[in-house]
Amino acid sequence: MPMTMTQKILAAHCGRETLAAGEMILADTDLVLGNDITSPVAINEFRKAGCDCVFDGGKIALVMDHFTPNKDIKAAEQTKKVREFANEKNIPNFFDVGDMGVEHALLPERGMVTAGDLVIGADSHTCTYGALGAFSSGVGSTDMAAAMAYGKVWLRVPSAIQVRLTGKLRKHVSGKDVILHLIRLIGVDGALYESLEFTGDGVAALTMDDRLCICNMAIEAGGKNGIFPVDEQTLAFLSEAGANPPRVFAADADAAYSRVIDIDLSALESVVAFPHLPENGKTFAEFGDVPIDQVVVGSCTNGRISDLREAAEILKGRKVAKGVRALIIPATQKIWLQAVKEGLMEIFVAAGCAVSTPTCGPCLGGHMGILAKGERCVATTNRNFVGRMGDPQSEVYLASPAVAAASAVLGKIANPGMLD
Amino acid sequence: MQLNGNALCYGDNVDTDVIIPARYLNTSDPKELASHCMEDIDPDFLQKVKPGDIIVAGSNFGCGSSREHAPLAIKTAGISCVVAKSFARIFYRNAINIGLPIIVCDGQFANGDALTVDLAAGTLQNQTTGESYAFPPFPEFLQKIITAGGLMNAMAGGDIA
Ligand code: SF4
Repeated sequence: MPMTMTQKILAAHCGRETLAAGEMILADTDLVLGNDITSPVAINEFRKAGCDCVFDGGKIALVMDHFTPNKDIKAAEQTKKVREFANEKNIPNFFDVGDMGVEHALLPERGMVTAGDLVIGADSHTCTYGALGAFSSGVGSTDMAAAMAYGKVWLRVPSAIQVRLTGKLRKHVSGKDVILHLIRLIGVDGALYESLEFTGDGVAALTMDDRLCICNMAIEAGGKNGIFPVDEQTLAFLSEAGANPPRVFAADADAAYSRVIDIDLSALESVVAFPHLPENGKTFAEFGDVPIDQVVVGSCTNGRISDLREAAEILKGRKVAKGVRALIIPATQKIWLQAVKEGLMEIFVAAGCAVSTPTCGPCLGGHMGILAKGERCVATTNRNFVGRMGDPQSEVYLASPAVAAASAVLGKIANPGMLD
Repeated sequence: MQLNGNALCYGDNVDTDVIIPARYLNTSDPKELASHCMEDIDPDFLQKVKPGDIIVAGSNFGCGSSREHAPLAIKTAGISCVVAKSFARIFYRNAINIGLPIIVCDGQFANGDALTVDLAAGTLQNQTTGESYAFPPFPEFLQKIITAGGLMNAMAGGDIA
């Protein structure tokens, strides 16, 4: 029976030759992830169930990224609980302030995921690693507890939507615009319980950072996972990161897809998702002036080095508009250092931006840039739900780093073309 | 098992950020989480909710974050069951894993309607309107998790091996 790329990876992790959409399986996990918000709940469940040992300490990653550096006493108690658990269970991949980064930028960079892996994480954006040719999906804390104890996760085998990419993105149009465009097309539940499998000639023209950004937001279309085929770029990325040898799976040519969507990358423009759903994408021709109070460049979606380069290119020699607070949050320490070496930090500070240590911070309305009632923010993050970055009456507009940077300069939602 | 309660109605795409805002996630204490349940979508929720009440919503309920704090807050607030046209996938699995009954049903409901759910029979009755709905049973695999009293028990007992 022909299978999708996702179905092949799942079959390999439950000892089956073939699998069909809709089947329920108990699969082996190669990596189990948790953060400072979801791990404490998982640890509660792990202990409540009377579990003692973890299945394999080397296959668990605990990343303290959401409310860190600890924003208050309760957050400090949460990271302490996870730190103690990591020590007690001999989990070496416990990432704390100083070497942590936003989890979904950190794990690929550290070579912790390779092609063909099955990764689950108690964080919805775990779907990011599909960019590396892995099956990876977000689950809950009890799933994390069970996987830490038994190395297994239950899954319903998904059907898939095939997204065929052609062409090449224009300057200042990026992976973020591709995924916002796709979510606009299919809606926030358009891929519910399904895989998004990206294929086509256009894949080769997308950078790894673009692919990570695109897979990151598969969940914003309701998807179980997003996945890219493994090509030379993927292999180079994995080898540079020091990842395990890849296991390359490819979809059968006659695999069944629930639907096929074609996207011509060269026709795409910048897309901005208006409040309060990621599906509310608009191109610049579709809206007028929207004044803003804050800009955030960062997160697991767009806090990578190419995102910072894009923002710096636009901010260079310019100033953040009066009355706008611009926050730049490199997603990991390595990215931070790279930005220093390339002189990007100087550009940001000279332009009037505040640069933060890696953290999720404002992305989830945690800390480091919370919005007051009625305030508007252009953010390179992935969610613009009610109250996501602060007061329930504040607004988040999702956009690419290029749009965020241009907006910071003009004090309203803008694209780089409006600066000339 | 029969569940009886009044309907509390919401629309489509109720996300986990409004079910339990991230600003309260610096705790994993279920009671504390429940004290902020639905705060950003319905500030009066805690005044209105009575033990056993049933949340009724549109499509894609629980979309967004993986936070298990969301079904935990709902369950601890006294909600006996969530009825929706469809559920976001992580919320769906979290609810099953922690033992919060969820039902996929597309019916006519208004705030305050008296509902009776029979999980075993797969029926949902709206006593106020007299309408009755059937919902499909869970797949056998998930039924085993539910019967075991949640995922950790099912794994320990080898129920779903
Ligand atoms: S950056 Fe935002 S979306 Fe990504 S893991 Fe952190 S809180 Fe979640």
